Amino acid sequence: MISLPVIMLLLVAAVGTVVVLTREPVRQSVLLSVYGLALTMFFLVMQAPDVALSQLVIGAAVVPLMVLLAIAKARRRQ
Amino acid sequence: MRRPASRRGRLVIFAVGALGTAGLLLAAFVGMPPSGNDYHPYGERAVTISVHDRATSNTVSSVSFDQRGFDTLGEEFILFASVVGAALLLRVEKGEQETKGSDDDSDEQDGPPRPLPVPDIVRLFGYLLLPVTVLIGFYVVAHGHVSPGGGFQGGAVLATALHLAFIAGDYPALDRLRPQQTFELSEAGGAAGYALLGMAMLGVAGSFLTNALPYGTLAQLASAGTVEVLNVAVGFAVGSGVVLLLREFLEQALAIRSRGPGAR
Repeated sequence: MISLPVIMLLLVAAVGTVVVLTREPVRQSVLLSVYGLALTMFFLVMQAPDVALSQLVIGAAVVPLMVLLAIAKARRRQ
Repeated sequence: MRRPASRRGRLVIFAVGALGTAGLLLAAFVGMPPSGNDYHPYGERAVTISVHDRATSNTVSSVSFDQRGFDTLGEEFILFASVVGAALLLRVEKGEQETKGSDDDSDEQDGPPRPLPVPDIVRLFGYLLLPVTVLIGFYVVAHGHVSPGGGFQGGAVLATALHLAFIAGDYPALDRLRPQQTFELSEAGGAAGYALLGMAMLGVAGSFLTNALPYGTLAQLASAGTVEVLNVAVGFAVGSGVVLLLREFLEQALAIRSRGPGAR
């Protein structure tokens, strides 16, 4: 019998593996945002709403934006 | 010159390390108590103090700002220091200049990228949701001691809510919404306010960061003493900090470019 936390944990593991196996940086940053969303849902299922709120903002919005801007700047310099 | 390790050799070393780590992790996980049992010594004490003694219905906020308030002071200054570090590293240097990205001369090879035309539906989405998200951010900060959330969460929501102006409009629109001086002042004010409130409590009640304000009624907005005030201070500090951090990255990618080859 598979409970909801186990399903969410498997989802997080699957999305994390996909992020690592993606080679192109721009695509990887969008997948990083999806990974942040998966972690948020996992924290919510494990009854930690404060952590889920922080993770949603930082992991799904701020960090992918910083990664994309760094890639844009690095590519323009080449 | 030594030949670098072959790919196969590196994979073998990785496999050995990974198998060892996996074995140790498995042994650790099997030895832990099952998830959701009823042995929680620290949790019981923390919840009792938070709900019965301090009238704070969000126990996480009570632990963060009241029972372990000193640790949160350290965390807040970590964020402050990292924003200062990023601002220092990403400053405009001697061979660079700052432009405003939308009306540049078009023959500049390495100029900032032109803003893309924004579809009307995205504009509508941004303009409608920006005030709603800002209001949600203020709500999360103000109700940190009552429902899940608090200063850090609400501050981060406020910072990203502002950037809906960047999605709906272009970079100069966002730039008008966040004057740098104001946000620097509010970040420093939030960080200093936390420490100053702690020292005021030292003067009033005898130890740093005690909860000496009136406790009020459980689950009302006016409850939990200093937790509410500290939440507001952290909300200011974190919100402004994230805005300033994103400002550094956006400036680097969109507005700063090197001067011509003859400038240095």
